Amino acid sequence: MRETTPSEDFLRGVWKENPVLVQMLGLCPALAVTNSVENSLAMGIATFFVLCGSSLFVSLLKHFIPHEVRISTYIMIIATFVTVADMGLEALVPTVHKALGAFIALIVVNCMILGRQEAFASKRPVGRSLLDAAGSGLGFLLALLMIGGVREILGSGSFLGHPLFGPHYEPWVIMILPPGGFLTLGFWLLGMNWFRARKQQRRVS
Amino acid sequence: MNKPRLVLSASPHLLGADSTPRIMMTVLLSLLPVVAAAIYTFGPSAFLILCASTLGALLPEKLVGKQGSLKDGSALITGVLLGLTLPPGMPLWMAFLGGFFGIAFGKLIFGGLGQNAFNPALLGRAFLQAAFPVAITTWPKTGGPWMALRGDNFALPLMSPQVVDGTTGATPLGLFKFEHVPTSTSSLFFGSTSGSVGETCAWIILLCGLLLAWKNYLNWRIPISIFATTFLFTGVLWLIDANHYPSPWFMLFSGGMMLGAVYMATDMVTSPTTNLGCWIFGAGIGLLVVIIRIWGGLPEGMMYSILFMNAFVPFLNRATRPKVFGAPSRAELRAAKRAQKQEDQT
Repeated sequence: MRETTPSEDFLRGVWKENPVLVQMLGLCPALAVTNSVENSLAMGIATFFVLCGSSLFVSLLKHFIPHEVRISTYIMIIATFVTVADMGLEALVPTVHKALGAFIALIVVNCMILGRQEAFASKRPVGRSLLDAAGSGLGFLLALLMIGGVREILGSGSFLGHPLFGPHYEPWVIMILPPGGFLTLGFWLLGMNWFRARKQQRRVS
Repeated sequence: MNKPRLVLSASPHLLGADSTPRIMMTVLLSLLPVVAAAIYTFGPSAFLILCASTLGALLPEKLVGKQGSLKDGSALITGVLLGLTLPPGMPLWMAFLGGFFGIAFGKLIFGGLGQNAFNPALLGRAFLQAAFPVAITTWPKTGGPWMALRGDNFALPLMSPQVVDGTTGATPLGLFKFEHVPTSTSSLFFGSTSGSVGETCAWIILLCGLLLAWKNYLNWRIPISIFATTFLFTGVLWLIDANHYPSPWFMLFSGGMMLGAVYMATDMVTSPTTNLGCWIFGAGIGLLVVIIRIWGGLPEGMMYSILFMNAFVPFLNRATRPKVFGAPSRAELRAAKRAQKQEDQT
């Protein structure tokens, strides 16, 4: 494996290998709870917390975890942090907790988190694992905000609850509904791929 | 360079005169009477809506379509067809957005003309229905001066239309579904009812359809199959309980039935290629329309029925593939395979 610099470890997850927009991991929360910026933010922060916490612990414990049961051990560690996030959100922002519903508990099965443990934290030193987790978590948060932002602006005419267009704005109901999630995600994927294709073409010529 | 005396090429050697732009132009010409009837019925509003939806459809085709694809006229037809399915009082920016969405996300994303699974005009309308459920079900009242706008057409982009009380009415289908008021078949046939821009005048659409069917630009089996299924299904229901169910004639001439059956379902790209497939396709649409209209939550179901059956077109094409002349039938193929297997085992 090629050695990477610390900044590479961090930035890779944010943009170049963004979990949602490039690796297409964790699409379920990215589609289900991004109908407003507030929900996206809460979901992104909760996932960020769980990812950093579990990466730290998996990296610390990597020499003690038997190879045969590593996946279930990772899941146990992740579930612990999800429980912390779940209870924390319920205590701090009960309305958001209610809006997110089962999707907080479902962070456990976010394959992006398990993927980072298996691919990175279980093989690398603690500091690097934390950097990598923070990068991926930030990338996930960024993608959720990109989807949630478009959906809230078009679907409710507001941003973080503040009306943007005045009282006569005609909301695009579809953007709040599930199809809006798919449309917006597709729209961003289209943009990302177009951008990358253009960059590659420039490099060739 | 001299013209070669002998050209060696693969078949076909004889080419018909039909080309995509020619077919599209004919369809467009056949739409002119429908457009004229729409403007006659709904005044300047109809014209404005048609212009807005057509511009919306042409823009993405021009921006990201293949070179010269604007000239084949298919985006133009999509825009006009979409405009014909919208209520005349709709804000123009919504009609524009619908056309844009229909072409950009209904056609260009799949690779342009011939690649799309769903009818782009109806996809644009389905988007508008899901995004602005109130604006797309606000129908103007019939009557009143011809020059007057039929609603707040000039609402600013992104802003909701300001509807004046008492200027809106219900479509015949809505009247029947929610207030149980039937409309006479003659007023449906001659287009004096409320409704979408181009759907009210049944006889003109039928005449234009006949012209297209005679030119073989639409497969007549699709509309006939839709009409027959709808008529028979509603007829049976009507015979069971005439007080509760609408008459089959009402079903046939109300709402988007004519426009959908003649112009939307017969889109060459999104309808089956085999004749048997066309019969099944039409029957599916007819059944779904009656089910949605009678037992569904919406008064009209033509759009969703056609889009739904569009999804089955690849399966229909596969299931109804005709036997190639001289090729073994399926039963023979199966027998041959079995024999091969036995040979392998021994």
